[in-house]
Amino acid sequence: MRKFKWLVPTVYILFLMLPIYWLLNMSFKTTTEIINTYSLWPQKFTFENYITIFTDSTWYTGYLNSIYYVVMNTILSVAVALPAAYAFSRYKFLGDKHLFFWLLTNRMAPPAVFALPFFQFYSSINLFDTHIAVALSHCLFNIPLAVWILEGFISAVPKELDETAYVDGYSFWRFFVRIFIPTIVAGIGITMFFCFMFSWVELLLAKTLTAVAAKPIAATMTRTASTSGYELGLLAAAGSLTIIPGAIVIYFVRNYIAKGFALGRV
Amino acid sequence: MNKTINQKAWFFVIPVFILVAFNAVVPLMTVVNYAFQDTFGNNVFMWEGTRWFKQILKSERFHAALGRQFLFTGIILLIQIPLGIAIALSMPKKGIGVPICLVLMSMPLLIPWNVVGAMWNIFALPEIGFLGHSLNDLGFDYNFTQQIGDAWFTTILMDVWHWTSLVVLLSYAGLQSIQPAYYQAAEIDGASKWAIFRYIELPKMKKVLTIAILLRFMDSFMIYTEPFVLTGGGPGNATAFLSIDLVKMALGQFDLGPAAAMSLIYFFIVLLVCWVFYNLMMRNEEQK
Repeated sequence: MRKFKWLVPTVYILFLMLPIYWLLNMSFKTTTEIINTYSLWPQKFTFENYITIFTDSTWYTGYLNSIYYVVMNTILSVAVALPAAYAFSRYKFLGDKHLFFWLLTNRMAPPAVFALPFFQFYSSINLFDTHIAVALSHCLFNIPLAVWILEGFISAVPKELDETAYVDGYSFWRFFVRIFIPTIVAGIGITMFFCFMFSWVELLLAKTLTAVAAKPIAATMTRTASTSGYELGLLAAAGSLTIIPGAIVIYFVRNYIAKGFALGRV
Repeated sequence: MNKTINQKAWFFVIPVFILVAFNAVVPLMTVVNYAFQDTFGNNVFMWEGTRWFKQILKSERFHAALGRQFLFTGIILLIQIPLGIAIALSMPKKGIGVPICLVLMSMPLLIPWNVVGAMWNIFALPEIGFLGHSLNDLGFDYNFTQQIGDAWFTTILMDVWHWTSLVVLLSYAGLQSIQPAYYQAAEIDGASKWAIFRYIELPKMKKVLTIAILLRFMDSFMIYTEPFVLTGGGPGNATAFLSIDLVKMALGQFDLGPAAAMSLIYFFIVLLVCWVFYNLMMRNEEQK
């Protein structure tokens, strides 16, 4: 029994990798080969699809736009969520529980409900088709999530830490920046990871709020698919490339994930 | 933890409050506006009262979409939660295997949702996809674009592929937080594997599991992009879940009144279920 324990995660990971492999496989084929022959690996290996993406500005600006608003959103969300999470964790104040639940309700709001009103709202304040519009709109679900995760991490830090620092003569902000933030840095890493993740994968709002200047890569993909027929090879290559930023982020926080998940008791 | 009463804590919360309210209040009021009125454009509105709500609550179409939604959410929760726990239990606890597992398992979570849909589309297509081709080779008559059962099977498999890792990661975090002393004590007492799971691991995972169930409920209830790209809600309306049906009504047919009323009912259902969960969770925390 114990000997075969490794089988479960291995089989699961294989199952996870299969569709990804298939996408990669397709991305190195030409569209004609995809449609006409079925093969487990490319017969005529080609980089053509990738070359098209890296030389055509409508494709590669999509990537830059996405990364731009995701980074903006992640920094913004964590920066405002950190003091709020501290307040929720350490203090009782008027309406705290109601406020916390109200925040969470925004994480529960289906984006489909908000798509049309968001379009009207952001158009009326002249932010339509800007990166900041997408970054701000993603705050709707990322800030509640960030507050929620950080609150868990902060509550795991004993209050005595704060009190000892004050006795030692630290001012609040000095304590917060010098002692507190380094203590929960793993939690901050995890939170940033989650914010990045949900902003990177969201499409409905990002697509609704942009037209040309800030169009995310995912939207470029759907629009290209509908206008120029079905360029499967190109689509597969673009899809494969969207996996890379995520993989890089996971790689950077891998120690935080392992350490952070263990330490944070989320 | 005993908290100090401090009204000044509001100053810490104000930035969050402003940013979220900025996004939540005006758009929500727009929806409310449409839900109670009729419009012919040009900002001319006529008061309709609860007409749209009555219309939606009575409509067969809404009942069908709601039924499909609950069925889908129920099935994926029943699969993902136990599966996630089982995988987390059998993951290595230390060594090089840990980061490898964590990194590879997080991969599906970081792929944009429409890419997930597109990826599964080409993975499951009967002629060119690995899954579709293999199933047909094995003698199954599989075609998810035409058969309802196959469409459901593919959508559920896709969601299991996409989201089980979230449950795994959260459960694993819960398991990692258990002190070795607990296991040593259990060993001395000669506790069975089941007893260890039931009386040590499960209670320790309670908090993270509530979060996992809550997140999975919310996200699967709002699912839009993946099935939209994979099946487009079809064949027919077989996989048109609430969000897909809603967008069809609002942007496809431009029935803004009924669509807004439906949005509010939809949001209300999610709120109600989450409120129950949230209270359960808070009670758990207070007991500690």
